[in-house]
Amino acid sequence: MDNRKRWPLWEVFIRGKHGLSHKHVGSLHAADADMAIENARDVYTRRQEGISIWVVESKDIAASDPKLNDAMFEPAADKVYRHPTFYDLPDELKHI
Amino acid sequence: MTILNLEEQFMNRIAADEKIEPKDWMPDKYRKTLIRQIAQHAHSEIVGMLPEANYISRAPSLRRKAALLAKIQDEAGHGLYLYCAAETLGAERDTLMDELHTGKAKYSSIFNYPTLTWADMGAIGWLVDGAAILNQVPLCKCSFGPYARAMVRVCKEESFHQRQGFEILLTLCNGTAEQKQMAQDSLNRWWWPSMMMFGPNDADSPNSEYSMKTKIKRFSNDELRQRFMDATKPQADILGLTIPDPDLKWNEVTGHWDYGEINWEEFNNVVQGNGPCNKLRVKARKEAWDNGKWVREAATAYAAKREQRKSETKQVA
Repeated sequence: MDNRKRWPLWEVFIRGKHGLSHKHVGSLHAADADMAIENARDVYTRRQEGISIWVVESKDIAASDPKLNDAMFEPAADKVYRHPTFYDLPDELKHI
Repeated sequence: MTILNLEEQFMNRIAADEKIEPKDWMPDKYRKTLIRQIAQHAHSEIVGMLPEANYISRAPSLRRKAALLAKIQDEAGHGLYLYCAAETLGAERDTLMDELHTGKAKYSSIFNYPTLTWADMGAIGWLVDGAAILNQVPLCKCSFGPYARAMVRVCKEESFHQRQGFEILLTLCNGTAEQKQMAQDSLNRWWWPSMMMFGPNDADSPNSEYSMKTKIKRFSNDELRQRFMDATKPQADILGLTIPDPDLKWNEVTGHWDYGEINWEEFNNVVQGNGPCNKLRVKARKEAWDNGKWVREAATAYAAKREQRKSETKQVA
């Protein structure tokens, strides 16, 4: 029997340079995590795009529901006072 | 919320140039159109490796061989990015593969033409990848996020494909008379199939309207074909090669090159499976898949063994 159906999907995250965070670049199928990392090396870093690879099984990612985006993210929309430009200060004030 | 409201909201998001992501609500037709197009695109990358494969061991120098290998490896990668994008829409990888192997799914008809000489590696890079890039650059702004993001990677990587192809032809054109003739012969054979790569004329392209409306596509087939024509003519002049179109002439009024009638009967024949290499390509794909079975099985067995060892070590500890 062909066993391809058993290979899970992995999400791939790559750190491009020292000091940057890992960023999602795509996904791939592999038999286990080690092989997923090896495949990710070949698929996503052929031109030195990264110095570190994370893989995580797609099924292990919990995500917010786009249908609930309003309730989820709207509360931050009217809180302009969280931004530094909200405050009226004289132009001659420096280093603040 | 009713379906009508959802459709309206969806179209509003499209109008506002928002990206649609996999978990967002989308009309069935949008999903199906995308799965079909992305899968065809992925298949084209995978089948596109086959006409070049013969020339890995026949490349005239190590430099050419390394470049060709890198190009083919990119194509495998591009196929994988695209299959993953299709999977975010709920398509199963196995189903997509089966559809390719049973001939149910289509891929770009250009790969059903044979590669007869080394010059064809040049013509494919210059013309076929050139046409593909013109098709793909607007897809970087496609309304579906994962497809657009895959295209950004593909376009970034593909520009070397076209340049290495042009360099192959330039070298041949600066060589002996026979080598230049080889380049011309290759252009003669690949020109019209490349022009066909943009698909049927706008009036005869049934899927285009919906794709344009939902911003999967940003430009029509004929618009992109004209861009290709205009970009390629001066490039052919630099090579000193003649585009095999007796009707080709500069149009002062439009500022574009007018080209002759495309042989749509040939195009339809190749799309329907009767091109020179359709059967060969699908057979090669199936053989590659079947011959790779032991590798897939070995990988699965190795993963199971590693997993077992890990749990044994844990028990001891």
